Amino acid sequence: MIKLESLSKHFGKTVVLDGIDLTIEKGEIVVIIGPSGTGKSTLLRCVNFLEQPTAGTMTVGDLTVDVKRASRAEILSMRRRTAFVFQNYALFANKTALQNIAERLLVVDKWPREKAYRRAREILDQIGLGEKADAYPASMSGGQQQRVGIGRAMAAGAEVILFDEPTSSLDPEWVEEVLGLMKQLAAERQTMMVVTHEMSFARDVADRVIFIDGGRIVEQGPPSEIFYHPQDPRTKNFLKKILATNPV
Amino acid sequence: MDVLNVEYMLGLVPVLLTYLPLTLQLAGIGMVLALILACLFAIVRVLRIPVLNQLTIVFISFFRGTPLLVQLFLFYYGLPQLVSALTVIDGVTATIMGLTMHFSAYMAESIRAAIVGVDRSQTEAALSIGMTNGQMMRRIVLPQATRVALPTLMNYFIDMIKATSLAFTLGVTELMGATQKEAAGSFLYFEAFIVAAIMYWIVVELLSKLQNYLEIRLNKAYSR
Repeated sequence: MIKLESLSKHFGKTVVLDGIDLTIEKGEIVVIIGPSGTGKSTLLRCVNFLEQPTAGTMTVGDLTVDVKRASRAEILSMRRRTAFVFQNYALFANKTALQNIAERLLVVDKWPREKAYRRAREILDQIGLGEKADAYPASMSGGQQQRVGIGRAMAAGAEVILFDEPTSSLDPEWVEEVLGLMKQLAAERQTMMVVTHEMSFARDVADRVIFIDGGRIVEQGPPSEIFYHPQDPRTKNFLKKILATNPV
Repeated sequence: MDVLNVEYMLGLVPVLLTYLPLTLQLAGIGMVLALILACLFAIVRVLRIPVLNQLTIVFISFFRGTPLLVQLFLFYYGLPQLVSALTVIDGVTATIMGLTMHFSAYMAESIRAAIVGVDRSQTEAALSIGMTNGQMMRRIVLPQATRVALPTLMNYFIDMIKATSLAFTLGVTELMGATQKEAAGSFLYFEAFIVAAIMYWIVVELLSKLQNYLEIRLNKAYSR
């Protein structure tokens, strides 16, 4: 379970997140939508402590931290409980697909080599890239790289996988294979927080859609309500715009 | 003008070859120590560790800003005068100290540039999976920075091999010192020094080959 209480993030005087309260149950798939620059990515990055939140408390599993007083050890522990999938894949350029997935198990979880690589191989097969084990990121397509990115997140055995616009950098031809893998994870009830502009994915896969604007949660609910009966004018306005270019 | 005394030159080769190991030792040990020191300096500079950062800046400035020969004389002749316990420093040790500090100052800057050049996405990904800063440096950043820094570092290594010849001014009989002695005995200066020059040249050429090989290996991950 993930629980954010009054989570805020300021960059200097700019308030990017303005007191986010959010509870996500184990196995829940949450899709976060909203206009650009409203703090969606920052929210995910705060949960993974890639950004240090300014105030609030955060609970992931059985660990609760007051973000202001989070010690180095707590920050590491939080990062290890949450896995991140980057928009630009961010695979380790000096490591093969297999090594990218095994890296965390080897270095962070200190698994023995053989066990770590066996597990990494299982994940590679699961994401359909078994034959790419020894390929380096530079020689893979965007879609393949992002699937390895997701595989790396799966290896973490994290409480939640955070997806930060995972298909936004992809050529259209690769989008489906990445969304397909995410659907597969959703079907296994992997807890997920997804920031995306793929509205059909949100409608089909999400248990809950959250609309964020101006660093606050404006409206949330099951996709059927958010997409077909939005209440807040900002939600209506956003959906009208985005559905015009991105029909569900 | 006399003709070159080829016979003398050929005879000199095995003699000088016995001094080549010392030259390589000076450069080899100097390079390893300089690399270690340069990595530490670079990390201190990148992480801007207080106090150490300022000290490193001054150190680098001094050892880049003064001639190697002056530094060698300082270590060999100067320090023992200041601290009598340091009279135990022999020419070989002083040379290694000088080479290490002089070249670490240069190498620190190119390593620092290479580290800073590693894409932010790489460090974020490392942190996101819960690596510590040390793990991130060791596993992700330094290996990628190595590839970028390698050509410059090899250049410094080549430079260092040639710089070992200054050790003869501290009374060390390495390749240059031995050549000097041989030449003084035979008065065949040109023959003696051309043999020494060719020996340095061959060593450097072999190193260039090694550099090519390493570059190809390190680039393996980055070719499509």
